[in-house]
Amino acid sequence: MKKLINQAADVVREELEGIAVAHPDLVKVHYDPSFVYRADAPIKGKVAVISGGGSGHEPMHGGFVGLGMLDAACPGAVFTSPTPDQMLEATKKVDGGAGVLHIVKNYTGDIMNFEMAADLARGDGIEVEAVVIDDDVAVKDSLYTAGRRGVGTTVLAEKICGAAAEQRRSLKEVADLCRKVNGWGRSMGMALTSCTVPHVGKPTFDLPEDEMEIGIGIHGEPGRMRMKVKPADEIVEMLMEPIITDIPYKPGEEVLLFVNSMGGTPQIELYIVYRKAYEIATKKGLKVVRNLIGPYITSLEMAGTSITMLKMDEDLKKLWDAPVKTPGLRWGI
Amino acid sequence: MPIAREDALNWIKACGKVLAENRDYLTQLDAAIGDADHGANMDRGFKAVLNKMPEISDKDIGTIFKTVGMTLISTVGGAGGPLYGTFFLQAGMKTAGKMELTLSDWYTVLDAALSGVVMRGKAELGDKTMVDALTPARDALKAALENHTSLPTALEQSAEAAREGMEGTIPMVARKGRASYLGERSAGHQDPGATSSYLILKAAADTWSACT
Repeated sequence: MKKLINQAADVVREELEGIAVAHPDLVKVHYDPSFVYRADAPIKGKVAVISGGGSGHEPMHGGFVGLGMLDAACPGAVFTSPTPDQMLEATKKVDGGAGVLHIVKNYTGDIMNFEMAADLARGDGIEVEAVVIDDDVAVKDSLYTAGRRGVGTTVLAEKICGAAAEQRRSLKEVADLCRKVNGWGRSMGMALTSCTVPHVGKPTFDLPEDEMEIGIGIHGEPGRMRMKVKPADEIVEMLMEPIITDIPYKPGEEVLLFVNSMGGTPQIELYIVYRKAYEIATKKGLKVVRNLIGPYITSLEMAGTSITMLKMDEDLKKLWDAPVKTPGLRWGI
Repeated sequence: MPIAREDALNWIKACGKVLAENRDYLTQLDAAIGDADHGANMDRGFKAVLNKMPEISDKDIGTIFKTVGMTLISTVGGAGGPLYGTFFLQAGMKTAGKMELTLSDWYTVLDAALSGVVMRGKAELGDKTMVDALTPARDALKAALENHTSLPTALEQSAEAAREGMEGTIPMVARKGRASYLGERSAGHQDPGATSSYLILKAAADTWSACT
């Protein structure tokens, strides 16, 4: 394993130390338990939006703390959900009296830890709503599994709900909006290489030089199928087909198209992917009215991409365009 | 002698030791069907528990178990944190104020701990989870209690039932947790959570072999 780290056990803490000194105007870092929170928190009368999850997906979530997005983010160990005491302390720290929304990705550990935290926070008299993001069409949605994983739509939900909270919408309105975004967003990813969790020291899974995994999760969970690597255009077709057919997007509808790097795939390739995804969406009669292209929900150094499509309406477009000022996402300011 | 306070402390220490020794093994099992963090998470959690030992060394068994539970919840993360945390919190509630445990008490503890895990994780028998090791272990204790089996034998039978339950997860198709994403591909692999549950119960049988 070759990594720019000191000790594997110190990776998350040292990353937080870096964030703290890099962005003191935007965020502060609390240790023991650890979370990143807005430098100006709590904001009186504003719904606070919190997310969290395992580390290794940067800039999600800590990089999305700031004006117009998250009020706090709780980082777990690499690929491990954070613990309830982190979410509880973060919730208390940023609650401005208007309630707190927990945006939770659908993983068994995340769900259980956030549930425990919400129970404890409600015990302390804080109003908490939790919305689960489960947008990964690679996973069969069934009563007999843990359900679809939460992936790319999480980034979009955090941006849109953060903007709505900034407008002083109520907790119920922001939570309903989050559910709407989850209902309208679909994602699918693929990997060209595995990734190495620092404290494990070797790749999470073996992927031969000439093969790829279609339908991969953001923790190296195996996907739908493994096959020989194909040209980018064919790969994009394999990702777009399940996304477009999962919810019947109708011709004429507006969408946001989000092409994400899993960490190791460079911009040059992302634009090749975007070009084909845009062509497929347009041929289906969809209007791509917004986009996001870059590494926003990553899987350490994994090479690969995920595509997320979100149906848009006037409200979502306005919220998407609203000012945001975070370490990882910044516009309109 | 029944299971005394010191024995309970020694069991927790033994859990820490056996989870540290099996850290890489549990992680390997998890890498096959999950996300390769179970061994590291459990080891981190029990290392934190061992650091708390001086604080609880003179406390009742309920306080010891409750402290273990709270520590695991705040240090393990993943699904293991809430599940093993709940396991020990429930155990602590059944042993509040107690300075020693009989076989009947231990059955009550394991029964409550298992119920807590089922409530938190919503898993059923056959879902390829720790419930598949804990349930037969609990049932074996109940049978031993009815047959007036001695404590060490009952603990051995319980650990053996957990081992069989653990091995029984190999052909199962996971229906809970991250392994469920694999569907049929999860069959053929032993569940890491069932494995750590077996290790913990085996540690109890080994630590308390001289209790009566």
